Amino acid sequence: TDYNDLYCLFTLVQFTKAGQFFSSGHTNNWAVLVCTSRFWFNYRHVANTLSVYRSVKRLGIPDSHIVLMLADDMACNYRNPKPATVFSHKNMELNVYGDDVEVDYRGYEVTVENFLRVLTGRLPPSTPRSKRLLSDDRSNILIYLTGHGGNGFLKFQDSEEISNMELADAFEQMWQKRRYNELLFIIDTCQGASMYERFYSPNLMALASSQVGEDSLSHQPDLAIGVHLMDKYTFYLLEFLEEVHPASQANMNDLFKVCPQSQCVSTPGHRTDLFQRDPGSVLITDFFGSVRKVEITKDTINLTSPVEPPIQRSGSGDIQIESLTYVDQLPVAEIIHQKPKQKDWHPPDGFILGLWTLILLVFFQTYGIKHLKHIF
Amino acid sequence: MAAHRCGLSLVCILFFSSLAHPSRCDTLEKANDNTATKRSISEVNTDGSVAGEDMNERQWQSTDVEVNRSDGTKNSETFTPAPAKDQFQEELVIRPLHSGDIYASFQFRTLWDTDFLQEGQKKVSHYRLFPKSLGQVLSKFSVQELHISFTQGFWRTMQWGQPFIPSPPGAELWVWFHHTVSDVDGNWKELTNVLSGIFCASLNFIDMTNTVQPSASFKPLGLGNATDHRFLRYATLPREIVCTENLTPWKKLLPCGSKAGLAVLMKSEKLFHSSFHSQAVHIRPICQDEQCTSKAWELRQTLNVVFDHYTSGQGKKEWSLFKMFSRTLTEACPLASSSKVYVDITDNPEGELFELSPATPLLSQAVVLGDRRTYSVYDLTRAETFGQLRSFNLLLRWKGDSGDMLRPLLHAERYVAGFGLQTGEIHTVIYNNHPYRAFPVLLMDSVPWYLQLYIHTLTVTSKSRDNKPSYIHYQPAKDRHRPHLLEMLIQLPPHSMTEVTVQFERALLKWTEYTPDPNHDLTSRFFFKEESSYFVRVYTEPLLVNLPTPDFSMPYNVICLTCTVVAVGYGSFYNLLTRTFQVDEPSPPLAKRLANFIRRIRGVPLLA
Repeated sequence: TDYNDLYCLFTLVQFTKAGQFFSSGHTNNWAVLVCTSRFWFNYRHVANTLSVYRSVKRLGIPDSHIVLMLADDMACNYRNPKPATVFSHKNMELNVYGDDVEVDYRGYEVTVENFLRVLTGRLPPSTPRSKRLLSDDRSNILIYLTGHGGNGFLKFQDSEEISNMELADAFEQMWQKRRYNELLFIIDTCQGASMYERFYSPNLMALASSQVGEDSLSHQPDLAIGVHLMDKYTFYLLEFLEEVHPASQANMNDLFKVCPQSQCVSTPGHRTDLFQRDPGSVLITDFFGSVRKVEITKDTINLTSPVEPPIQRSGSGDIQIESLTYVDQLPVAEIIHQKPKQKDWHPPDGFILGLWTLILLVFFQTYGIKHLKHIF
Repeated sequence: MAAHRCGLSLVCILFFSSLAHPSRCDTLEKANDNTATKRSISEVNTDGSVAGEDMNERQWQSTDVEVNRSDGTKNSETFTPAPAKDQFQEELVIRPLHSGDIYASFQFRTLWDTDFLQEGQKKVSHYRLFPKSLGQVLSKFSVQELHISFTQGFWRTMQWGQPFIPSPPGAELWVWFHHTVSDVDGNWKELTNVLSGIFCASLNFIDMTNTVQPSASFKPLGLGNATDHRFLRYATLPREIVCTENLTPWKKLLPCGSKAGLAVLMKSEKLFHSSFHSQAVHIRPICQDEQCTSKAWELRQTLNVVFDHYTSGQGKKEWSLFKMFSRTLTEACPLASSSKVYVDITDNPEGELFELSPATPLLSQAVVLGDRRTYSVYDLTRAETFGQLRSFNLLLRWKGDSGDMLRPLLHAERYVAGFGLQTGEIHTVIYNNHPYRAFPVLLMDSVPWYLQLYIHTLTVTSKSRDNKPSYIHYQPAKDRHRPHLLEMLIQLPPHSMTEVTVQFERALLKWTEYTPDPNHDLTSRFFFKEESSYFVRVYTEPLLVNLPTPDFSMPYNVICLTCTVVAVGYGSFYNLLTRTFQVDEPSPPLAKRLANFIRRIRGVPLLA
């Protein structure tokens, strides 16, 4: 009996460990980072997005799992005194653009339609993989938006807007299609809290840099570059994230405390009522990093037999193959005598057909069929 | 404030010319792979013909045989089953320019004996040096040749001479499809989307409105029998931005990445702080051996950059690898069969113009663009190149003032004449600076549909006389469907200026067709080629065209005005018809009210 008890205890322990391994929330991480503003004076929005990109990459999410959308190019902008750089601190301390950035949607491609298509997965079939959000029901997704916003809307590129209802509906579509396990939504715009007011899908957590009626402020200008470099909320968020490393146990409650009103002037807000778990038990790396659970096994696995080498082509000795040649790049004589391309003949369409029908009708009306033999 | 929207007019003019009839293969090798002509280096013998210099004693030595008679050496290996059928070569050519600027050109060349397009053979699945992403693209879309380039800046021919690989500003893509493809347009559309994902560029904006099918301006640069122009597609995006996000995937295609070899020099902060930056990928089938009975695939990745001596050089006429790239070289790429640095010393035979260190005994000569040039060679596969510090840093110090540069033989300009936002005239001016030789050039012009050309006003004049082109191909534009395409073969008389003019009218776009920032100009470009025994493609500068822009605030203004008028008009009318007046007695003052109250108590009649 003792032995039985021990055995039961042993299996129970094993079961809980395995159970915990297989019942934990997510298996992969995605990030969608969007900057919606155009023009040089909105440098800070691009710097915001790139600092979150940098943190997310540093904590382990690979480029293939990040969809980065930048509405304008600041780094190689002609007004940038230091090309190929985007700085987040004055005195040019930290270059968030880096040396291996991959922007998936840039310039005019950043539109409301493309953003919603990326979220819902309804993209044309020829879209490359790097531009798709290929998440599944065990993915934790981080969505970060920054730009100019108002009460209930976010402005895209100075020409269109996305409303909070559209965003909420997009997340509901994602939930119904099981495209996420848990979703963290961060927005750094004026009156940002209005954007998460309308959410109604489960497993969503949202953070915003300011409440309705408040403006989010920018942090500090750099006199050499001439524009404001970052927004206050994202600046302190970046400072917080720089302390986080892949093994850190910082949780969401620490994130809610980032940038209190004394530093940010605006009041950051958050919303957790749709989220199943307690925010205190959610690690930062659940969304910002790509921490994998690893199961170590001591069993050996036999691999299948190796791939056979491709068929060797026979030597060119026996068969008489015609030798290939390069083409003359400017064969003047050939060009001069080139006949113009014969266009395929198409039967007349629409207007021409109608016109000729009318003419024939009038002709037969006037002359009648019986007179035809006189004419022909 | 009316926001002017400038239309993007893509005007490409291509000039072709070739006069002499040298042997085919050689010409093409020289013409096309201008940097790759290093392959056909001739060996210089030590005759003591050039005396040693006072400062540096240089010896002219014959270069080693191992220095690339590439196809020849490869040939001997194919008869015995070779373990590796692909090879990789990298080289960097540095050419000091007369103005004190410096021109650096990288070329990474991968050769692979395989056939992506052969039917019946097993699908290629094992990739070694050739990047898998490009190989899969080639086999999926049956691409015969692919040329894509991303350029920032404009090449100043008058100051810098001719580039090794010409490229227009922005993005340019031209593709020859295999003759078995049935739906070329469908393949083209998907190919542009896939390439936009690979290179992080907005190539998905290439569609039917900016794609053309040139009939004579382009011929395959690689092997090919049929040159049916139905399988050629060409498109450009002049406003495409080039930045680190385009360089990153480009570097990832290299076998050594940016970890070893010449690619460690590619730091984006230095490369994009330059006057001209161009990176390109060229894929084509070439002869595997001298008999040319089978094909091999060649992938060339080139990066051309011109550093300005005022901005990057801080005004001093002194250049080093560290100053240009903020890095030095420590090793060659282990996967490369050859890794070399060439410095152009043609203008410096006696060392009077600039001083080059570290000194090298190796020299080579090559014919580039019809010009015989001499290069100092540094072989990075040899350990002694790196010296004791295990680091190789080239240093060029200017000693004297350089004389005038030789004027380039062919040069073109383009501008828009006229005033106002309705009509205008495009002028293309081509200069032929050769004293006695005439060249035929092929001019290719691709104009977007919203610049409506009046082709009946097309005039070509040379030396103020009419010059009738011997071949004209014109395909008119269809609104929102396809652009104009004009190709002309013109003979340029010697030492002359030829001007091509055509009038146009600007169209009004629908208001949804404007970009979010309609105040930026759009650019157009054209290019032309010429040259006798070698073939040169020259591009002109981008053309900025203003398109008439509507006032986008008008809908708001109209709504405000209309609502005000309706409110005032209707409101007054309504009031007039339905308002009634009632007499309202004012309440009496306090004294009177009190008096009335007392009177009521007394029962006496009240006051009025």
